Amino acid sequence: MSEYTITIGTLIAIQAIVACGLNVIVGYAGQISLGHAAFFGIGAYASALLTTAGGLSFWTALPVVLGITGLVGLFLGLPSLRLREDFLAITTIGINFIVVSIFQYVPFFGGALGIGGIPRIVLFGERIRGVSFFLLSAGFLAATLAICWLFTRSWSGLACFALREDETAASSMGVSPVRFKLTAFILGTAMAGLGGALYAHFMRFISATDFGFPMSVMILSMVVLGGMGTLWGPVLGALVLGILPEVFRPLTDYRMFLYAALLLLMIRFQPGGLLGENSLARRTFSRLKGGKS
Amino acid sequence: MQLFLEQMLNGIAIGAIYAMITLGLALVYGILRILHVAHAAVYTVGAYVGLAVFAATQNILLSAAGAMVSCAGLGFLIERFVYYPLLKYPPYVPLIGSIACLLAIEEICRLAAGPYILSFPARLPFPSFTVGGIVISSTLTAVYCISAGVLALLWFITTRTELGLAMRATSQDMAIASAMGINSHRIISLTFMIGSAVAAIAGILVGIYYNQVYPSMGAVPAYKTLALIVVGGLGSVPGAVLASILLGVGETLLIGYAGIPLPRDALAFIAMIAVLLWRPQGLLGSRG
Repeated sequence: MSEYTITIGTLIAIQAIVACGLNVIVGYAGQISLGHAAFFGIGAYASALLTTAGGLSFWTALPVVLGITGLVGLFLGLPSLRLREDFLAITTIGINFIVVSIFQYVPFFGGALGIGGIPRIVLFGERIRGVSFFLLSAGFLAATLAICWLFTRSWSGLACFALREDETAASSMGVSPVRFKLTAFILGTAMAGLGGALYAHFMRFISATDFGFPMSVMILSMVVLGGMGTLWGPVLGALVLGILPEVFRPLTDYRMFLYAALLLLMIRFQPGGLLGENSLARRTFSRLKGGKS
Repeated sequence: MQLFLEQMLNGIAIGAIYAMITLGLALVYGILRILHVAHAAVYTVGAYVGLAVFAATQNILLSAAGAMVSCAGLGFLIERFVYYPLLKYPPYVPLIGSIACLLAIEEICRLAAGPYILSFPARLPFPSFTVGGIVISSTLTAVYCISAGVLALLWFITTRTELGLAMRATSQDMAIASAMGINSHRIISLTFMIGSAVAAIAGILVGIYYNQVYPSMGAVPAYKTLALIVVGGLGSVPGAVLASILLGVGETLLIGYAGIPLPRDALAFIAMIAVLLWRPQGLLGSRG
């Protein structure tokens, strides 16, 4: 595999981890979030600062990074308990803009110059790069998917599904909306933090613009396109949206237009996502099995 | 003192322009409950079409008419082919459709007119004033007069005409309105066309005010106006206008005096979160 393919593959794996995190919040708990890139950024900045200024290694910094992003997620998840759907959507957009401008204008976070010189990850005495970084990211993605799968099978996951379908009915059965919504927020933002940490050590230079609102839109598009609330949907979405711009690269000037037009067509004709309920893939699959969809 | 007054006047002008963009958004939200991010793309197209017609004819009235007609058409197309079929899905589905529309239309503008900043060398036929040593330029007078006129006209349409009554009925309950013999689909299309035509005027005014027209000019207003309709109270048109003017003045004064190290785009969102903590239903919204 060429270095180019490996780089694209690694970035797709990292984005898939972040998209899985958003899927826990939006797909499982039904809380719209349009500021997920903020947590991706908080993870990246936390890991970058801890390993450069703090002098920690990636592995000792990682639990701290996950703790920080989970805690911020808990704090910012609180409005979701008070706000209606659309208010929550716009509030999360606002949080994204505010976090990015803090990164950009507070000198502690490197200001407009960002943070450079982030050390490589060292594992078993080896500096991880190229194919081994891809394998490491894929390993973390597999772990993330396993946690998502366990979550959907757990009591917390079932409680989240119940709240998503009908909050009033679920809470009258004794399911606490506060507890389970916040659990989903902590889990989802910690996954974004993991993706951020990997991203920082892969790129080895980060700046605030990497984590702006367009990134949030991209992550949400991955989740919606792949199939919200499904296990593999976010991974498929990350694959499709990660590969499309590369396929269109020879078209140079028309590339962004085609990308936007395809996104529009996909959301228009497969609004439930490529793997969602009543999607083309799902119907074909059940026809092949001979069952009724 | 003089500087302060001049800053105030500029702030009100910026607020009035925000108000014209936000209005369309508030109308659409009120009737369809969709966050119409692509409204900013309509506004960009308005600026481009206005500039193109102006360059061809040197007539600002023709240019405004051309921009309004083409934006109304664009708004109609977006509503008919993107939003209406997606209405039955959860709100993030039309929202992503809307963002995709914004990106695609921005790209079309860039491909058609090039990525550079174009200047809009029009002079508006309005007088300039000098009051107590403060100069009110003709552009500023134009922004005041046109925005006041547009807002008054919209107020008249929504509160004093049969069309306005039908619009309010549809936004309260689409099914009941249809049962009462209102063609609600036509009302929705008309709402989009009115909002989009107003966005076209805003696009031309911004182009002349800053003397700049460029493909991504809609990117920042797209999200800032979302914050404005929230602060005003989702779907409340007077609230959206009030919030826009407050933001225009607040931004200009804070940047001019307080020297806050945050960019002005973040300020709108900080104000929004503060207002939501204090009045979760928005400035002029009702508790729903």
